[in-house]
This record gives sequence, structure tokens and C-alpha cells, in this order.
Amino acid sequence: MTQLILYNVFNGLIVGAFYALMALGLSLILNLSGVINFAHGGFLAVGAYLAFALIPYLGFWGALVISPLLTALFGLVIERLLIRRLYGRDPLYSLLLTFGLAFMLEDGTRFIWGPQTLPFSIPDSLSSPLSSSFFFLTGYRLFMVLLVTAAVIALFLILSYTRLGVRIRAGTLDLETVSVLGVNVRILRSLNFGLGIYLAGLAGVLAAGMLGLQPTIGSDLIMPSFVAIIIGGLGSLPGTLVGGLLIGVASGVVTVWFPSASEAMIYVMMGLVLLVRPRGLFGEEGRF
Amino acid sequence: MKDGPQDYPKYVGAAVIWLALLSMPFWINRVGGYTQLGTEVLVMALAATALNFLLGFTGVLSFGHAAYFGLGVYGAGLTIKYLLPSTLAGMAVGVLTAVVAAAIIGLLIVHLRGIYFAMVTIAFGQVFYFIAFRWNNVTGGDDGLSNWSRQPIDFGFARLDILHSPVTFYYFVLFFFAVAVAIMAALLRSPFGRTLLAIRENERRTRFLGVPVDRHIWLSWLISCTFVGLAGTLYALLNNFADPHTLYWEQSGVFVIMAVLGGMRSFWGPLIGAAIYVVLQDYVSTMTQNWMSFIGLFFVLVVLFFPRGVLGIIRRKVVP
Repeated sequence: MTQLILYNVFNGLIVGAFYALMALGLSLILNLSGVINFAHGGFLAVGAYLAFALIPYLGFWGALVISPLLTALFGLVIERLLIRRLYGRDPLYSLLLTFGLAFMLEDGTRFIWGPQTLPFSIPDSLSSPLSSSFFFLTGYRLFMVLLVTAAVIALFLILSYTRLGVRIRAGTLDLETVSVLGVNVRILRSLNFGLGIYLAGLAGVLAAGMLGLQPTIGSDLIMPSFVAIIIGGLGSLPGTLVGGLLIGVASGVVTVWFPSASEAMIYVMMGLVLLVRPRGLFGEEGRF
Repeated sequence: MKDGPQDYPKYVGAAVIWLALLSMPFWINRVGGYTQLGTEVLVMALAATALNFLLGFTGVLSFGHAAYFGLGVYGAGLTIKYLLPSTLAGMAVGVLTAVVAAAIIGLLIVHLRGIYFAMVTIAFGQVFYFIAFRWNNVTGGDDGLSNWSRQPIDFGFARLDILHSPVTFYYFVLFFFAVAVAIMAALLRSPFGRTLLAIRENERRTRFLGVPVDRHIWLSWLISCTFVGLAGTLYALLNNFADPHTLYWEQSGVFVIMAVLGGMRSFWGPLIGAAIYVVLQDYVSTMTQNWMSFIGLFFVLVVLFFPRGVLGIIRRKVVP
């Protein structure tokens, strides 16, 4: 029993790490540009399938590095062509546009790679269990947790110490002033969008290794990411991180007793948070 | 506000729309459609009009109306299948389920605004999807709820065979559509409706005037969800089937795009949008497997080139 609970907690932590990685990207874009990027799951799928296409040429490690970068590049193009036109307009329009994009990306991957689940090969060095008593602790899972941790730390370091990061944080608080101070807000928003999409691509590669490749891989992960943001509090990146891990673990623990309630659980948690603390766990008062 | 000559185009438009709807079964086959398609247009138009009560006339962006639509669908389907083989009972239960859920969730979210409100409504919608999806032995899970059908209605003195005659069912739906639309139009003309418009235009000022804004938004949300739930019950009856995808977040987006496409500042906009969307989807899904891409592209094009919607553009041309 202890092992079962431990297994599910660990599993939940991994799933939560995905949610967090994806939600952090969503959060970045939402905070700076006021765009709810519905297509985030689509970009995640693009990252996963690109990695699948690159593995025969570059191997797993090469694909892990290159695929998120290509996804981010793709995101920059989309931002430049479509999303940029909608900044400052009613959020309704960016919602609908990214919604349409999500459809197109999901269907596009289905068109190119087919609807069936594709096997995603991970290196042998990562796929064996580390210890026989903790059978669930494969190298890949541990590696994933480490990589997500590293990515999150890197993200927070970028936001805290680089010029770009400081500008993003400043822009989140008051974009107009940042613009008046001579920062090119267009470029700032583009780079910020690219950064967010990079995280989606990275999550995509990792998710593919764990869940296998399916066109719906992104749309299954996007709703929990929304919940993570809401629970953590809109506007707070640490909140988003905590929110993601929290719902991951919570749904993992619930799986032990009520497997079929594991998805509904996170929405119940969201309801509770909204009831007790409407701005979310780490949200600022009065911002939304 | 007294009606003057400037309102005449509005009356002509409404008359044309009602005439078209009343005579639809007589001409739809000749233009390549079929009666069920006409009925689906009506059902979707009711849902989109109800959403627009909130979106266009209260200025609150809900992206989760599929939940209440789907609750109507499953409320009707489950009632007719397991409890009572009566069409009207199914509809009553379906609408009631949607209203109760909307009232409770509305209390949790009514003080949120803008994108935050949109996100929370999207996320809450998913609860019901997962319940329908996971509660296999009752709801049929992913396969949906089948093996039931709408029942003829017996009034004692007359019998309405909506099951076997698509045309009778069309008029049955049109009746509910007309009643719902009339209620919403009357509400919008009432002081309450004017207050909703005031909230849309300037919430802070309305609040300073002493209007309990949150309560008004909650009421508007509830009215909107009620009629979306009604549309859901009609949708279930139309298909004799309850599909979990009616609860999925994609469906919510479809309602919003219908409202935007037709023109969300016009009362009849959502009807036009629904008609275009339903016909287009029917056409595209017979032509290609990749209809999702086309629908997605359609969303993008509407946002980029028709953000005011069909009626918004016409109105601009007529009233410069």
C-alpha cells in the first residue's frame, strides 16, 4: 500500500511537472500580452512530433535540444503573422484565434503523422528501472524531473537576472511605462511569446517519451494547465509552478482510491480555491 | 426609448427572419439541405443567442457554455432513457440540471472579470465532461448515451408525433426557439436589460450608480445558461443521442464563434452565425476528413477579417 501511494505521488509529481512547464509558458504569455494561448497544446504537439521526426537524424539528445528551439521559432512566426495583430484588442479575439490555431495544429499533426499512437524511442540508458524495489523509478522519469527542475530554475534565473527577464517582469506590471522608457515592446512581446512556446516544445518532447505520441497529446494537457494557473493565482509564476505540482500530486493521490475521479478532482480543487481565495494561492489582490 | 423611423429596417429584418424560419421546411430541400439541418441551425442559434445575452449584451466573456449545453443534453437523455419516457419531462430535467449547476458555479465566479472569468469558465466546463466521460455504466462514457429516442407528445385531445415526422419536430423546436428568443428580447428591453448594457459599457460607473453589478451579472449568466441548457435538451432530442463532445471545451468555442461571426452586438447576429457555421460544417465534413483544419482556419479568418460579424458589417453600411 505504501508503495502504491508512493508510486502515485511520484507519478503525480511527474504529471504535475508537465502541467507546470506548460502552464509557465501560458502564464508568461498571459501576463505580458493578455493573450490566453489556446494553441499552447498544439505547440506542445508540434514539439513532440518534431522530436519524433528528428530522432533518426540527431538521436534523442539532439532532438531534445533542437526540437524545442524549432518549435519556438515556429511560435515566433505565428506570433509575427497572426497574434501580434490582436494585442490590445478585446481578449475575445485572441482567444478565438488561438482556439482556431489549436484545431489546425492538432489536425495538422494528425494529417502528417496519422491518428495512431506512435512509439517514441528513448535511449536505453534512461529506460531501465534504477532499483528493483522502486520499480516505477525509471531513469527516464528521474531524468524528466531533473530536466524540468533545471528548466524552471533557468527560467526564473532568466527572469531575475537578464535584461530581457527584467523587462518582461516590468512589462507584466506596467507595459506602458516600459514602452515609454524606450523598450521596444513589440520585440519584447515576441521574445516572451517565443520563450513560452519553447517551454511548450520542451514539455512536448518529454511528454512524448512518457505518454507516447498522439495528435491529442496537447489538448489533453492544456485544461489542467489552465487550472494550475488559476489555483496558483493569475500573474504569479511561482504560483503557477506550485499550482501545477499541486494538482498533479492531488490527482495522483486520488487515483489510489478513485481512479475515475482523478481528472474531476483538479476541478474540484479549483472550485475550492476560488471559494476560499478567489485570487488564487499566490495571486495579487485586485489585479483581476 | 420610443421607436421611430430609424427602427424600421430592424422590423423588416425581424419579419424576414421569422418568415424564413416559419417556411424553412418548404424550401430547405430545394436548396440542397434537409429538415434536420434546419432544426440543427435553430438549436445552435438558440444556444448562440443565449450565450450572446451574456457576451454581447452584458459584456461578460464566457468560454464554458458547452457545460450547460451538455448538461441539458445529458439531463434530457438520461431522464428519457432511465426515468420517464417523456419528451417534456426530459427537457424539464435537462434545463433544471443546467440551471442548478449554473447557479452554483455562477456564485463562485461572478466577481471575476475579463480573461480570468473566461479561463475559469473554460476550466469548470471540463468537470462535467469528465463525469460524462468516466461514469461509463450510466452515461455510456466515450461512446455516448444511445438507445433512447424522443417520444411523441400526447396532449389528450391531440398527438404531436415529433418522433417520426422531422417537419413536426422542426416546428416543435421552432416553438421553443420563439418563446426563448421572445423572453430574451423582452428582458433586454426591460430596465434590467438596459442595466446590463450599462454594465457592458462602463461597469465602474454603473456600480457607482448603486447597481448591484455582481448580482446582475449572476442573473444574466443564469438566464444565458438556462436557455443554453434548453438548446442542449433540444439537441439531444434532435439526435436521439447524448454525445460527450457536447460537453467539451471545443463546443464552447463554437458557440462563441457563431455569435462573433453573426455579429455579437446584434440580437439576430448569433442566428446568422449559427446558420453559416452549421451549414458550412455539414458541407465541409462531407468533403474532407480534415474538417478540423478548415474549422480552425475559419476561426482565424473570422477573427482577422470579420471581427464585427455579418450584421455588424451590414449595420455599418446602412447606418454610417
